Amino acid sequence: MARAVTQQRKIINTAAAWAVGLLIFFPILWTILTSFKTEAQAIADPPIFLGFDWTLENYSAVMERSNYGRFLWNSVIIAGGSTILGIIIAIPAAWSMAFVPSKRTKDILLWMLSTKMLPAVGVLYPIYLLFIQLGILDTKVGLVIVLMLINLPIIVWMLYTYFKEIPGEILEAARMDGASLKDEVLYVLTPMAIPGIASTLLLNVILAWNEAFWTLNLTAAKAAPLTAFIASYSSPEGLFYAKLSAASTMAIAPILILGWFSQKQLVSGLTFGAVK
Amino acid sequence: MATQHSRSAARLMMAPAVVLLLGWMLIPLTMTLYFSFKKYLPLRGGDLGWVGFENYVRFVTSSAFWPSVMTTLIIVGGVLAITVLFGILLAILLNQPMWGQGVVRILVIAPFFVMPTVSALVWKNMFMDPNYGLLAHLWEFFGAEPVQWLSQASLTSIVMIVSWQWLPFATLILLTAIQSLDSEQLEAAEMDGAPATKRFAYITLPHLGRAITVVILIQTIFLLSIFAEIFVTTGGAFGTKTLTYLIYQRVLESQNVGLGSAGGVYAIILANIVAIFLMRIVGKNLDA
Amino acid sequence: MSFRNSVYAATAMSLVTAGGAFAEIITIATVNNGDMIRMQGLTDDFTAKTGHEVEWVTLEENVLRQRVTTDISTKGGAFDIMTIGMYETPIWGANGWLVPLDDLSAEYDVDDLLPAMRSGLSHEGTLYAAPFYGESSMIMYRTDLMEKAGLEMPKAPTWQFIREAAAAMTDRDNDINGICLRGKAGWGEGGAFITVTGNSFGARWFDEDWNAQFDQPEWAEALNFYVDMMNESGPAGFATNGFNENLSLFQQGKCGMWIDATVAASFVTDPEDSTVADKVGFALAPNSEGVEKRANWLWAWALAIPAGTQKEDAAMQFIEWATSKDYIELVAEKEGWANVPPGARSSLYENPEYQKVPFAQMTLDSIKAADPQNPTVEPVPYVGIQFVAIPEFAGIATEVSQEFSAAYAGQQTVEEALAKAQALTNDAMEAAGYR
Repeated sequence: MARAVTQQRKIINTAAAWAVGLLIFFPILWTILTSFKTEAQAIADPPIFLGFDWTLENYSAVMERSNYGRFLWNSVIIAGGSTILGIIIAIPAAWSMAFVPSKRTKDILLWMLSTKMLPAVGVLYPIYLLFIQLGILDTKVGLVIVLMLINLPIIVWMLYTYFKEIPGEILEAARMDGASLKDEVLYVLTPMAIPGIASTLLLNVILAWNEAFWTLNLTAAKAAPLTAFIASYSSPEGLFYAKLSAASTMAIAPILILGWFSQKQLVSGLTFGAVK
Repeated sequence: MATQHSRSAARLMMAPAVVLLLGWMLIPLTMTLYFSFKKYLPLRGGDLGWVGFENYVRFVTSSAFWPSVMTTLIIVGGVLAITVLFGILLAILLNQPMWGQGVVRILVIAPFFVMPTVSALVWKNMFMDPNYGLLAHLWEFFGAEPVQWLSQASLTSIVMIVSWQWLPFATLILLTAIQSLDSEQLEAAEMDGAPATKRFAYITLPHLGRAITVVILIQTIFLLSIFAEIFVTTGGAFGTKTLTYLIYQRVLESQNVGLGSAGGVYAIILANIVAIFLMRIVGKNLDA
Repeated sequence: MSFRNSVYAATAMSLVTAGGAFAEIITIATVNNGDMIRMQGLTDDFTAKTGHEVEWVTLEENVLRQRVTTDISTKGGAFDIMTIGMYETPIWGANGWLVPLDDLSAEYDVDDLLPAMRSGLSHEGTLYAAPFYGESSMIMYRTDLMEKAGLEMPKAPTWQFIREAAAAMTDRDNDINGICLRGKAGWGEGGAFITVTGNSFGARWFDEDWNAQFDQPEWAEALNFYVDMMNESGPAGFATNGFNENLSLFQQGKCGMWIDATVAASFVTDPEDSTVADKVGFALAPNSEGVEKRANWLWAWALAIPAGTQKEDAAMQFIEWATSKDYIELVAEKEGWANVPPGARSSLYENPEYQKVPFAQMTLDSIKAADPQNPTVEPVPYVGIQFVAIPEFAGIATEVSQEFSAAYAGQQTVEEALAKAQALTNDAMEAAGYR
């Protein structure tokens, strides 16, 4: 009897969850479907869901027009580089906040987050001038630095919350055994925090990948990532839904695939200290 | 426990991050402050001298200023309300036993991976377009007059788009929190005959307090500066000009860097007011 | 692509016998319009001829504008060639930010450029940008629907006729709107259209002392006329329609008339994209009865070299290539005469092959009807038809057009929109020190 109820509830849950999940995912699905239609079919009335002539012509048109490989490579380097650099800088900071807390730790954390509140467009000119002076306009190095700085507060905070959950006794024990500070961080702490670091890494790769103000305004041809790629398809002359869909799919596919494969890590680690 | 030695080591380890962020904050902040007292018009030869508080007065007396503050607060507030509310419901749903939980979770978090420009373009063109958009077809199918989303329901539309992007984030954090809830406690309450609403109000919701705080805090930081969603969809028309967008108009469309910088200072002040407000309301949950 | 380019480059290099010439890579910022995309596809021809390679930065119009303006005003040097318009060129030229194009080769034949285009891209007689294509605005209409309505389009109609015809052509049951016009906010979108409409009703942006004129009856008349006509016969949601939206509506057969850029003619008559390709007629942009100025604008997308680039020679060679007669021939050969970049050169309109193109003559007539030096009935202190060639205009006109769009969407009345436009324009002009 109880079993039957549970079974029935499970069916209802499943149906509800799938319905909601598909609804939320639908815009992405629709974009992917549209990318395989012709321009005329893309605006057909009534809309066609699956019964269209699948074509790859939009993808070949986009590939012919844009150097997709380079945009993709730039995105990978910029998102990956800024995240890794950020984590290297954030680990020691998060460690010291978690294990040698002071009265000001909370203030420092909140201050770090507050640096994200400066509206980017207000400082475009100053930063642009600075980039010219430093000769890093339209370079991947420049963007890696900027995106690292933008995301550093989030990285520090995430790592801090993971580190705090690691029992201090383990570090004590390591110290008793004569581990130096460096050893302690490298060989004791970091391995224990790997799930947390993985999740931090993923979240920040996503954030850096999707950042569209600085990546667009500080690049020209050489360092432009996928955000600039999409800016050339956003409102051309004539019908463009299908090509826009193809370009959109190409811009989000890499990160979508990465996200799907690693969603377990992302989900398990994405707590920001919200779980005691 | 913490020795003098480890304390100074700790400071040292914190130094790179702190110094970098200090630089990242101070250099632009100083430059913004500097420019905000200048008449700086790039198209008229750049720096045209000091003007005192003229930019500040002009920015705040512009007829667009207060509406833009309101718009900012409505968008931030609207998105927070929707994502937290639906995030909780979705988290509870996803925490139930079901078939294909992993796949559903993938479907739900997917919007978070879509870059804001792309999601704005897709929503604007393929869903909200009054002639070709899917929503227009849907409305027509039910015999209703299609809604002109981006002109007649402009703020609602932008809140919808942004909420779609951030719902996964809220759901994920809330889901992790719910999963950590002691199920025995809930079962005990169920045994005692507490109805579902009561169990939710007295056990689940308090447990989610911290997670909700985190969601609100992080999202507020990102939402205060949303730009692409407005730039792509309405370009600031139909009452969708946020403070960030107003600054963009001053700096890049009107090419008045001084005026825009003064706006930047106001935006920082607004962000801090919001932050203090947040801390007051929810800060106690955040024993960092 | 880059491999192929380098092969071409190598071949070209071996062909270059004169000393001193060596291959460069130039970076060009351009807009994602069809003609520019086509130019991008033909870059190999340039590389084969000169040995220089090209890096393209193709961006949507608004992003492009923000990108190149930031770069040029800070002397960033990120681009060797920028695609800019008739609005930016004289302002930037006056600032000394652009390399003067006064040293073009004899075979380039600078005198062949249409006078209107050449003067619009010059400052004090010096050419600062070479027109890639030029346009005015004109009426495109469906000949079949016009006939069905029992009307005949005059060569130079009035707004009053247009409104009447629009009402007659409208067929809501069959999803046909009598007229499609821009309503989208943005100075280059709806802002441009309503400005020329204003001109054709005798309105103007400023009087001779730079006072905003939105409180004058001509503006109220123009705006009310536009709103009433669009509510009668325009498509749903016209307040968010720009060039692209209207283009696809027209191509899908949902518009009876469309008044917009002359370059649209080649898109609406292209059977591959347009369902109404063989049923399109053309006429001069309208005026209000008794007003001598028509709603003709003048615009060119042009290529300019930012001062200070290290690759001036290569950039100059590119500009000569892309805006030359040979380039037009090249496109004609590959894509047909209807698809060559129009509106830049007189010789194109003398070419018998091009004269066969149905919209060629009307395009030329429309361009000739536009006079940037005297855009309005009453005198004005500015140059420019659908814009005012001062640096502050883009910002002001975008805000003004946002107020107008809100009126189109019914969120405020025409009177409210005009009052707000008046206040914010005067305010901004004061800030800039004009008043």
